[in-house]
Amino acid sequence: MNALLRVEQLRKAFGGLKVTDEVSFSIRPQEIAAIIGPNGAGKTTLFNQITGQLPPDGGRIRFEEVDLVGRSPQDIVRLGIGRSFQIASIFPDESVRDNLLAACLSRLNQTRRLWRPYTSHLQAGEEAMAILASLGLESQANRPAYELAHGDQKLLDIGIALALRPKLLLMDEPTAGMSPEERQRTRTLIKKLWQEYRLTLVFIEHDMDMVFGIAERIFVLNHGRLIAEGAPESIRANRDVITAYLGEETG
Amino acid sequence: MDFAFLATQMVSGFSLATLLFLNASGLTLIFGVGRIFNFAHGSFYMLGAYFGYQVSAVWGLPFWPAILVAGAAAGIVGSASEYLFLRRIYGRPHEGGFQILLTYCLILIFDDLVKMIWGSEYKSIAKPPGFLGAVQVGDVFIPTYNLAIIAVGLLVVLAAWWILSRTRAGRIARASAVDREILGCLGVNVPLTLTVVFGLATALGGMTGALAAPLRSVTPGAGIEIIIDSLIVVVLGGMGNFWGAWFGAILLGEVNAFAVAFVPEWSSLFSYIVMVLTLIFRPEGLFAPARIRKA
Amino acid sequence: MDLPRRYKFGLLWTAGLLVFALVPLLMTSRYQMNLAGHILVWGLFAVSFNMLWGVTGMLSFGQALYYGIGAYSVGLLVTRVGAAWFFPALGIGLATAALISLLVGLLVIRMTGVYFTMLTLAFAQLAYQVTLKWRDLTGGDDGIQGIIPPGLLADKTFYYYVVLAVVFFSIWVLKRMAYSPFGLVLRCIQQNPERVRFIGRSVRMNQLRIYVISSLFAAAAGALMAGMDSSIHPDMLYWTTSGEVILMSVLGGINRFFGPFIGAIVLILLEDVIGAKTEFWPIVIGSVILVIVILFPRGVVGEAQHLWSRFRGDSSQRSPA
Repeated sequence: MNALLRVEQLRKAFGGLKVTDEVSFSIRPQEIAAIIGPNGAGKTTLFNQITGQLPPDGGRIRFEEVDLVGRSPQDIVRLGIGRSFQIASIFPDESVRDNLLAACLSRLNQTRRLWRPYTSHLQAGEEAMAILASLGLESQANRPAYELAHGDQKLLDIGIALALRPKLLLMDEPTAGMSPEERQRTRTLIKKLWQEYRLTLVFIEHDMDMVFGIAERIFVLNHGRLIAEGAPESIRANRDVITAYLGEETG
Repeated sequence: MDFAFLATQMVSGFSLATLLFLNASGLTLIFGVGRIFNFAHGSFYMLGAYFGYQVSAVWGLPFWPAILVAGAAAGIVGSASEYLFLRRIYGRPHEGGFQILLTYCLILIFDDLVKMIWGSEYKSIAKPPGFLGAVQVGDVFIPTYNLAIIAVGLLVVLAAWWILSRTRAGRIARASAVDREILGCLGVNVPLTLTVVFGLATALGGMTGALAAPLRSVTPGAGIEIIIDSLIVVVLGGMGNFWGAWFGAILLGEVNAFAVAFVPEWSSLFSYIVMVLTLIFRPEGLFAPARIRKA
Repeated sequence: MDLPRRYKFGLLWTAGLLVFALVPLLMTSRYQMNLAGHILVWGLFAVSFNMLWGVTGMLSFGQALYYGIGAYSVGLLVTRVGAAWFFPALGIGLATAALISLLVGLLVIRMTGVYFTMLTLAFAQLAYQVTLKWRDLTGGDDGIQGIIPPGLLADKTFYYYVVLAVVFFSIWVLKRMAYSPFGLVLRCIQQNPERVRFIGRSVRMNQLRIYVISSLFAAAAGALMAGMDSSIHPDMLYWTTSGEVILMSVLGGINRFFGPFIGAIVLILLEDVIGAKTEFWPIVIGSVILVIVILFPRGVVGEAQHLWSRFRGDSSQRSPA
């Protein structure tokens, strides 16, 4: 079985604290997987190592058989890994459309151009509009991004990542801070995007409806260690997972 | 090479380093505690020198009290500037740029005010009685006033060390080299603290200016030279890094003292050369961990 | 892009060009023409500087370095080698500025925020000191006088029109750049550098690129100034020169492409009027900018547009560039 992403014995410690402890797993093309775990389990740190923000202390990360360790975030993005953030990472003063245009132009390698107006690039414009439509943000296209509601900013963040046409999309808590209705909507939307764009999708999430509703596989992290992985049914029944969560609740 | 000559330059370098350090520590103090970059810090140095001149040469107050009065007066002007102007831009997007701009305006205003009040000729303060001569060690003559400056510098270093490591205020100051919100969470009255710390930092600058006045005559516009030197010190040591600034100041002071002795014509270039070399070979500063500079 | 807006824009552009073109015909004194020429050159310098600050968020306090390189290239070659060298000197000035800005840029771009600002200042002061001390080459604090451009260019009115053409052309180029994909990336860098990395673009590479480009136009402005005033002075590299373009940008508004140009007009005219009455010009401009920074951070152009959009009841006025 060919893996798209293969993480092997990844290690990272801050001082004495092991935030990633011998983590190994792989992601298959076109699957949708969730990473869960109590707060401080090392989920975001894991993403940060995959995307090149944080150098691991040891281990390997291979993406389509290319070693990612030591590469810069922008290199890794260009290899085909997109990312959305826990706190929406957007360009606040630009319009929603221009946010997406920036990403599309980057994907098309047009950002060195300094003559033609960026608004007149037809292909980028079409791609940006298509993404706006998929996100349901067409009516907001001309508003500056900072004016958007929190939930829509999160969607825009996802849209920016989508515009890069990633082979692998990492989402860090796509529904964080959303109201229950927004969550519901986002859950459906993400599932739809996954099918529409034939994505390989890995997301970190605390919303269990979303995790058990749409993930095909679930990875559970606790104290930097991968304590379980498998289909939703097997995770639901896993004792270690239950203790990890209950243990956190009681103290 | 003549040993006496080298030793004399060395001491002169040390006293220069002390002045640089005193001034730079004010700059680094307010940056460390409040993340405020006071581009006009050198202007407070200049103000201190003029206040010192006014109080001692014109009003006839004895030298040492005059230094303290000059420092205090500069500190009051500093607190007032912070209270009236700087505080109005806290929390604005791209605040860093606006801080530089606002304090740049202060440079323009103070420079001209000084010119209006004292004219643009050189002013100087006489060395205090008892510090006019030199001490002879072997065949090395060391001006006593230079020794006095070094002593004052050591005193401030000791006091600072005591405050930083032994008092609650010092611990807060060290812990809060992060941001103002954290200060607030520690139950500190942030606006008041910033005004006070700004006042202390500028008082330090003003006192340094007055101390330096007997050695280097004061002119309007002296502020910018000293701010660049202080900045180089801070770059060498790492911003917000008190001890780093001390080493940076000594390095820069010695380099300058020897440059003046050997290549007087080009001596003003050496501070910059030290900075460029540091940037090329140790861009993170000589003493600071890299992350501190990502401010 | 809707047509009326473009149309309006073209109209403003033509009007501006016309006003400056008419100056030598309508104004009687050479002094006034010289003033208009100064506005043009400083306007170009300020607009090029604002590509760094207002657009990309890099507050350089050292653009005087490149302004000085342009001025001294023309000044030295024209007086030492020959007037015919005016245009080659311009080219050499630009090439030197490109090379130096690339080297300095590689060093200073590793720093962010205040460090960047102060290091650019320190490099410019280094160049200032060298210019001041290297008397044999630069004439030290006497500067260089008698820079007479060759042929027709020696005629002040003709030279004015050349300046007008070069400045308008350069600003047009910069304007295209501000609205190109590259310009969009620069704006994005100011707002969220981390996200720029995560759309696959290098922040530093783009910062370096705009640093060099901005410096090239600063050098062009310096070169033009050398020919216009026929004399140059080390003060062109002094920190106050870098400060001047910062003040112009704030005065006009850093979030509008033409803000700095308007700022240059206002500042130079004010300086002309007030500077004639009092030697304490800095305190006046310092206080004015202080008030602007605290109360009107959008600058003249920004506040005017803001008022206008409020007047029309349009709440969602947003900032281009």
